[in-house]
Amino acid sequence: MAARFATPRAGGMAALAALIALLPLGLRNDYFYDVAILVGLNAIVCVGLNLLVGYAGQISLGHAGFFGIGAYGSAILATRYGWPPLAAMLAATLAAAAIAFAVGRPILRLRGHYLAMATLALGVIVYMVISTEDRFTGGPDGMTVAPLAIGGWALRDPRLWYWVVGALLLAAVWFALNLIDSPTGRALRALHGSEVAAEVVGVDATRHKVMVFVVSAVYASIAGSLNAHFSGFITPAKVTFLHSIELVTMVVFGGMASTFGAVVGAAALTTLPQVLTPLKDYEMMVLGAVMMGTMIFMPRGVVPSLQALLTRRRDAAAAAAAPAPRPGDGQ
Amino acid sequence: MNFLEVESLSKVFGGVHAVEDLSFDFQAGAVHSIIGPNGAGKTTLLNLLTGIYSPSAGRIRFEGQDLTGLAPHEFARRGIARTFQNLQLFFNMSALENVMVGRHLHERCGLASALLRFPRLSREELACREEAAELMRYVGLARYLGTAADAMPYGALKRLEIARALATRPRLLLLDEPAAGLNPTEALELDQLIGRLTGRGVTVVLVEHNMHLVMGVSDHILVLDYGRKLAEGPAAAVREDPRVIEAYLGSAAAARNLGAAGAAPRAGIGP
Ligand SMILES: Nc1ncnc2c1ncn2[C@@H]1O[C@H](COP(=O)(O)OP(=O)(O)OP(=O)(O)O)[C@@H](O)[C@H]1O
Ligand SMILES: [Mg+2]
Repeated sequence: MAARFATPRAGGMAALAALIALLPLGLRNDYFYDVAILVGLNAIVCVGLNLLVGYAGQISLGHAGFFGIGAYGSAILATRYGWPPLAAMLAATLAAAAIAFAVGRPILRLRGHYLAMATLALGVIVYMVISTEDRFTGGPDGMTVAPLAIGGWALRDPRLWYWVVGALLLAAVWFALNLIDSPTGRALRALHGSEVAAEVVGVDATRHKVMVFVVSAVYASIAGSLNAHFSGFITPAKVTFLHSIELVTMVVFGGMASTFGAVVGAAALTTLPQVLTPLKDYEMMVLGAVMMGTMIFMPRGVVPSLQALLTRRRDAAAAAAAPAPRPGDGQ
Repeated sequence: MNFLEVESLSKVFGGVHAVEDLSFDFQAGAVHSIIGPNGAGKTTLLNLLTGIYSPSAGRIRFEGQDLTGLAPHEFARRGIARTFQNLQLFFNMSALENVMVGRHLHERCGLASALLRFPRLSREELACREEAAELMRYVGLARYLGTAADAMPYGALKRLEIARALATRPRLLLLDEPAAGLNPTEALELDQLIGRLTGRGVTVVLVEHNMHLVMGVSDHILVLDYGRKLAEGPAAAVREDPRVIEAYLGSAAAARNLGAAGAAPRAGIGP
C-alpha cells in the first residue's frame, strides 16, 4: 500500500528530472535557453501559488507583487548598494516573507471576492511603489541588475543558468509535494474542503492560511530575484496586475491542486506566446480562445483532466479483462 | 465540578432568540440527548458549544475551564468534538485522509519538517494512517479504507464524520442528527455505536429527531423549545412530561408515537 501511495510522487519527480535533463537536446540556441529558463522561473512561482490557490482554496491576484519584491529587492541591494547577490536575494526573500506575514493576517480572514480585491490591491501598491520610487528602481524605464556572482565568479552563460533553474524547480516541486503530503498539507486541503469542519478538529485556520501565503510569497520572491539577476535588466512590466492574472491563469490552466499541473500550466502559457509571435496581431485572441476552450472542456485543468481520463481508461480495461462482477458488488 | 456547565447562555440573530437564557449541567460518562421541534435551537446550541458562534450572553465551562469566547480550534484542543447536521466533509480527500485530519492536534509537525519530510515525520505518518484506519474499522467503514470521500454513500459519510471526530480523541462528542437519512439497519448500527462510545470514555451529546434512538440510548434528556429549556431529566420521566408531549408533538394522540421513530416538526414551523 505504501508503495502505491509513493508512486505518483516519486514517478512524477523522476519524470520531471528526466525532462529537465533531456530538454537541452532540443534547445538549439540561446533564445531557446532563455525561454526554457523563463518557463522554469514561472513554474517555481506557480508551484508556490498553487499551494495557496489549488490546495488551500484561497486566491491571490497580487502575486506579481511578491515577484517584484524579490526582483527589485535583490536588484537594488546588489546593484546600488553592492551587496553580494546571494545576500541580496536572501534579504529580499525575508522582506517578501515579512510583508506576506504582516499583510496576510488581516486579509486572509476575508473570503472570495473580498480576498481577491485585497490581494489585488496589495499587488497594485507594490507596482506603484516600484514605478514611482525611480531613485532606487529606475521607475518605468527599469534598471540594470548585477549578475549573480558567487565569490568573484559571475554566472552569465544561459546554459549554466538552465541547470541552476532546473535544479531549483525540482527542489521547489519536491518541497511542495512534501508539504502537501504532511499533516500541515492535509490541514490546508481540509480548509479548502470545509473550513468549519477543519476548525472543529483543531486546525487554526488563520495560522495555516498565513503560513501558506508566506510560503507562496517566498516562492514568487525567489523566482523574481533569479529573474532579475538572469536577465540583467528589470522593468515594472513583470509586477503588473496583468502578470498576477497570468500567474493565476497558469495555475488554473495546468490544474488546481496539482503540483505537476502548475508546472505544465507555466510551461504551456509561457511558451505559447513565443510560438504565436508570427501571428503577432492575433496572439491575444488565440491565447484567449485556448483559455476559454480549456475552461469549457477541462474545467479542472489539463493535468487533472488527463489523469482522470487515464484512470477511466485503465479501469475500463481492467473491467473488460476481469470476469463479470457478482451482483451486489457495485459499491 | 461539573463536566459541562452552561450558564444563562443566549444567542440572538437579529430579532430571533435562537437560544435564550439556557442553563444546564451535563455529567461525564453518560449519553445526553437534546430534543426539540425544528428551529428549537439545537444546532445553534452545538455551534455555541464548539465555538463556531460566540454567545450573545452567558458562559460555557468544560472540565472546570471557562471556554466562552474561544475559537473553534481551542474548543477542539480542550477535548470537544462534533459532527454536523449537514455533512461537512473534505470531499477533496480520501475517506482515510478525512479521518487523518482529525488527528491534527496530536501531530507534531512544523513547517520545516513538513517541507523537508524528516524521517520522524514519515514514521509518525504511518502511525497516523494506522490509527485512522483503526477508527474507520471501529465505526464500521472497513470497506471504504481506500475510497475517495466523494464516492461514498450518505450513510457511510455520516459515520465518517464520527470517525473523524473520534480521531481528535475527544472527551465530549456532540452528534447533530446522526440518524437523519439513515435506513433502519444503519440506525440500529448507530445505536450500538453510541453505546460503545461511552465505554471508550467519551461523553456523548446526541441531537436527534429519531425518538426510538433517543429513548434507547439516553441516560438524560434536555428538551428545548424556542431556544429555552422546556424540560430535563431521565428518559422515562421526559417521555411522560405533558409539556413535552404538547410542545413536541402537539397532540395527545401523537404522544403514543414518542416511542416510535421519526422526525416531529411542529405544525407550521417545519421546513
Ligand atoms: N446563522 C443564523 N442566522 C440567523 N438565524 C439563525 C442562524 N442559525 C439559526 N438561526 C435561527 O435560529 C433558530 C434555531 O435554529 P437551529 O438551527 O438551531 O434549530 P434546530 O433546533 O437545530 O432545528 P432542526 O431540528 O431543524 O435542525 C431558527 O429560527 C433559525 O432560523
Ligand atoms: Mg439542527
